[in-house]
Amino acid sequence: MEFLAMGGYAAYVWTAYGITLLVLVLNVAAARRRLRGALRRARELAGRETIRKQATVRQLR
Amino acid sequence: MPLPRWFHLLGSPPFVYRLTSRLGPWLGGAGCLLLAVGGYWALAVAPPDYQQGEVYRIIYIHPQTAYVAMMAYVVMAVAAGIGFVWRIKLAHAAAVSAAPIGASFTFCALVTGSIWGRPTWGTFWAWGDPRIMFETLLLFLFLGYLVLRAAFDDRDKADRVSAILAVVGVVNVPIIHYSVIWWNTLHQGPTLLAEGGPAMTNDMLVPFLIMFAGFTLFFYWLLLTRLQGEIVERERDTRWIQELVAGSRA
Amino acid sequence: MNAFSTIVLRDLRVAFRRFSELANPLLFFVIVVSLFPLALSPTADVLRTVGTGVLWVSALLSSLLTLDALFRGDAEDGSLEQLLLSPVPLGLAVLAKIAAHWLVTVLPLMCLVPLLAATFDVPARALPTLAFALLLATPTLSVLVGLGAALTVSLKRGGSIAGLLILPLAGPLLIFGTRATDLSVNGEATAAPLYLLAALAAFALSLGPAAIAAALRVGLE
Repeated sequence: MEFLAMGGYAAYVWTAYGITLLVLVLNVAAARRRLRGALRRARELAGRETIRKQATVRQLR
Repeated sequence: MPLPRWFHLLGSPPFVYRLTSRLGPWLGGAGCLLLAVGGYWALAVAPPDYQQGEVYRIIYIHPQTAYVAMMAYVVMAVAAGIGFVWRIKLAHAAAVSAAPIGASFTFCALVTGSIWGRPTWGTFWAWGDPRIMFETLLLFLFLGYLVLRAAFDDRDKADRVSAILAVVGVVNVPIIHYSVIWWNTLHQGPTLLAEGGPAMTNDMLVPFLIMFAGFTLFFYWLLLTRLQGEIVERERDTRWIQELVAGSRA
Repeated sequence: MNAFSTIVLRDLRVAFRRFSELANPLLFFVIVVSLFPLALSPTADVLRTVGTGVLWVSALLSSLLTLDALFRGDAEDGSLEQLLLSPVPLGLAVLAKIAAHWLVTVLPLMCLVPLLAATFDVPARALPTLAFALLLATPTLSVLVGLGAALTVSLKRGGSIAGLLILPLAGPLLIFGTRATDLSVNGEATAAPLYLLAALAAFALSLGPAAIAAALRVGLE
């Protein structure tokens, strides 16, 4: 309990740590969502004929 | 002088994509582990401060998020600069990836600092304090970079114009760092880099440093993840991406 | 140097052709400054406290009004491209345009400030410092305005975004400028913030034109 009370400063300490944790979690979620969205949009292009020629990694070895 | 092979490889989107998708999880795992260990240590194990009592524990998150924010800006500025001078698209992709992460960490630093300021300085916000002002400027620079990009329809133009803004703004980073040395501010002077060694005992110094490492690794994981998304977005109509998404089931 | 003065004179001539438009920032400045006593309680103490800040912020906002005029007109009629192609170093041309902007927009604003300062009960002994601080801060301000204009030169509605980019960067100017003024109001030494303003001006004037030139080149690609 003393741990949670933080010597009376509970509101400050836990709010600060809480907001930081929230920022981290939201960052992860946003980054992941961006990647998934990009992959999904790329997949949607598969049906259409707009493929550019590009070197694959194999050609670079 | 022929450029080394790795330089060319770093300019190749498929190579960087594969590198980041392999490297990312390790950085993320290590970062989360360090943050968990450091966080527990910071909250439960480290002894209370004789001056500030328990509220000093914000020292285990505030300087670290501020540091990562500044590092994010330097990454963004350097990447944008490289992209501008050598016309490397991937560099611009890295700069774009760093910006939102940097902005959120700057916000976090300002908020945790403000919360810490209330019981210690007596105020949530000290308008005249140089370090707070320049850190706020950092937030506006990140947001300005993103807003400026968004105004352009042509992505190449967006990349190059906002790169100028990013590079011009990088002078702010050393100003933030040295502000506590140049001016008499409410902020204390440097803790780690103080003359005569760190101004902290080991039982506080260790979690302090662990959190630095944890936040840094976490940042790079976020950066690489966003970079992957940015690469896929920019290269989505190329063969290698089409082969990639055809093969995956995600 | 000949190219420099040619460009300055040309810009001045263009600006004076639309004489009424020159008055816009000045009118804006006076109006904005007048709004503050209406919004705040116009007691002498309040006004004295906020006076210097109000003047500086209003001057800053007013100088943004002519931002678009700096490069957009030339970009639209093709003269900016001609400038890029000419043997004149672009940085020098940029410096000339900034100088013209300063003469046409900022200098008149600066002249108004001491007049308006009296209405905020700023003591007379502070006026020289106020004027000097403005003299040191406004070149940096003009460079920032130029940078904002150059970054957004190819955008249709670039003006609003440019303001967003410039205002935070102008923060330090405000900090040091008002600090110098307040110190002189209290009769204290004002050397430190004035030196800082001078340093910022030197920095801005030496590196700014290069950044602005780069932004113009990219914008006109």
